[in-house]
Amino acid sequence: MALKDELGRWGETIAGDFLIANGYDVLDRGWRCRHGEIDIVARNGQTVAFVEVKTRRNRRFGHPLEAITPAKFARLRVLAGEWCRVHRVHAGTVRIDAIGIIGDGITVGNLEHRVGVME
Amino acid sequence: MTVGRTQSIALSGLSGHLVDIEADIASGLPALVLIGLPDASLGESKDRVRSAVANSGCAMPPTRVTVNLSPASLPKQGSGFDLAIALAILAGTRDVPAESVASCVHIGELALDGRIRPVAGVLPAVVAAREAGARRIMVPAGNRTEAELVPDIEVIPVASLAHALREHGTDIAVSDVDAIEPPRDSEPLSPTRDLSDIVGQPDVVEALVTAAAGGHHMFLLGPPGAGKTMLAERLVDILPDLDARDALEVTSIASLARLAQMRQLVTRPPFIAPHHTATAVAIVGGGSGVIRPGAVSRASRGVLFLDEAPEFATTVLDALRQPLESGDIVIHRANYSARFPARVQLVLAANPCPCGNAGVADSTCVCTPDRRRRYLARLSGPILDRIDIHVPVSRVSRAHLFDNTSPRMTTAHARERVVAARAMANDRWGRDLPEATELRSGKFRLAPVVVRALDAALDRGAVTMRGYDRVLRIAWTLADCDGSPMPTADHIGRAVYLRQGVHA
Repeated sequence: MALKDELGRWGETIAGDFLIANGYDVLDRGWRCRHGEIDIVARNGQTVAFVEVKTRRNRRFGHPLEAITPAKFARLRVLAGEWCRVHRVHAGTVRIDAIGIIGDGITVGNLEHRVGVME
Repeated sequence: MTVGRTQSIALSGLSGHLVDIEADIASGLPALVLIGLPDASLGESKDRVRSAVANSGCAMPPTRVTVNLSPASLPKQGSGFDLAIALAILAGTRDVPAESVASCVHIGELALDGRIRPVAGVLPAVVAAREAGARRIMVPAGNRTEAELVPDIEVIPVASLAHALREHGTDIAVSDVDAIEPPRDSEPLSPTRDLSDIVGQPDVVEALVTAAAGGHHMFLLGPPGAGKTMLAERLVDILPDLDARDALEVTSIASLARLAQMRQLVTRPPFIAPHHTATAVAIVGGGSGVIRPGAVSRASRGVLFLDEAPEFATTVLDALRQPLESGDIVIHRANYSARFPARVQLVLAANPCPCGNAGVADSTCVCTPDRRRRYLARLSGPILDRIDIHVPVSRVSRAHLFDNTSPRMTTAHARERVVAARAMANDRWGRDLPEATELRSGKFRLAPVVVRALDAALDRGAVTMRGYDRVLRIAWTLADCDGSPMPTADHIGRAVYLRQGVHA
């Protein structure tokens, strides 16, 4: 596994732990279909959140959340729909979140959870 | 979350409007959204602000930032909002004391390294800020001298964004940067010309003094080489210095018309001589996007000289009719309009015919009568009717050239006479000229014996009613030039001659 992928996996673990600690139930991790991959699907009460996780070692190339482009965003929308269809989830509110982590694979420097970033 | 606020100035024409700039630092993915009718160069402000902030030791918030320029319906142009936008954002993230930023007006374009570039039109913008009640204004260091021409407002010149943050009370390291200076104005040549250069045309010089004293428009008709351009250039020299109000107006227009820094108030009336290929937009102002002042506005409070007047497009000349009458010009666009001053003294020069030799002794005109007639007919009646003083200028003979005995008026002497005449008129009339009816039948009515010749000309149909009023005005100016309290029959006679000289 490439170094950057290892960091990404680590970041997704950290994000999952963070969500669980904040009262979410993690329903799925790294779910794939032909459109791409959803990092984390988590539920909090009636709300299902599809969470995109971005991890960077430092801010030299900008904040990790800046890497979520409009194209990536559009793909997340499609993926969310796909996931709901496959898992027959219809009830409640559906939401897209983003979590940005700055860390080196061992310690977390900064973690930001943006709730409902869908326009 | 948090909102940062500040203010800047949007110019339309010479008048400025205070623009409120608010930056909302919201949750969401990193983005910078600019709303409130920005044009293309203002839209690019986002990228300049982003780089300048990062290169000034601060960071753009990694969230969604919405910048609103209000009133949202007013179109905003140019790069002068960069500084205000950057500071509003940084006030929103509390990187800089928000109260200090909110209570100050900001003008300036950001360079990518965080330095602040000078912008055009700082002088009218600072004036507008003061009129709107602003107490403090931050301007690019390169525009400092220009901004400081405006009294009663605290001007804070800044060389970089870091410098601006420090001025507002942020504890930030400010490295010494060289302020970006605007392109230097080429030093104006000191006028070596003098009225006494003009030889052998004492009556034309006299007409020039009259025109300067009364602010009358002039028409110089004569063959090539008679010295029409020379005369027009000297007209502006004998005009008195501008008073404080006019100087500010002229300097504001100059500041708006080009990016060059105005180092001091312009105190001499401007002289603008557009080429005869100029378009109507070049003369009256306009342009896409930013409306820019035309020649008639740049010549405001001074002389607009149209050499070879019949060669100008008829539409261009006729476009001048309305500003000549009202003293300003309003340029309309679908969603806004801009007003510029256009109080010019118009000087037209023309040859008598296309070949230039008609009516000149010892030369033959080769133009057909019809061509000759068509040539001058290009100057429409309404334009010529607005011109009070029509002067024939003839070629100078060799005898005149070497005649050193007859006295010639110098510029200094002529200007003294003009100043004295204007002072008399000012004592009598104040700043605003009286209505025509007042001259004809009101307080300033002349004795019947004085105007007898003029009345007779009106009865004969030799002068029109407008012409009658104009002659009275010229007569008053002539009386002022001579220092006599009231026009005499002689002044009326000379006034009739000046008005109709060319056609006589």
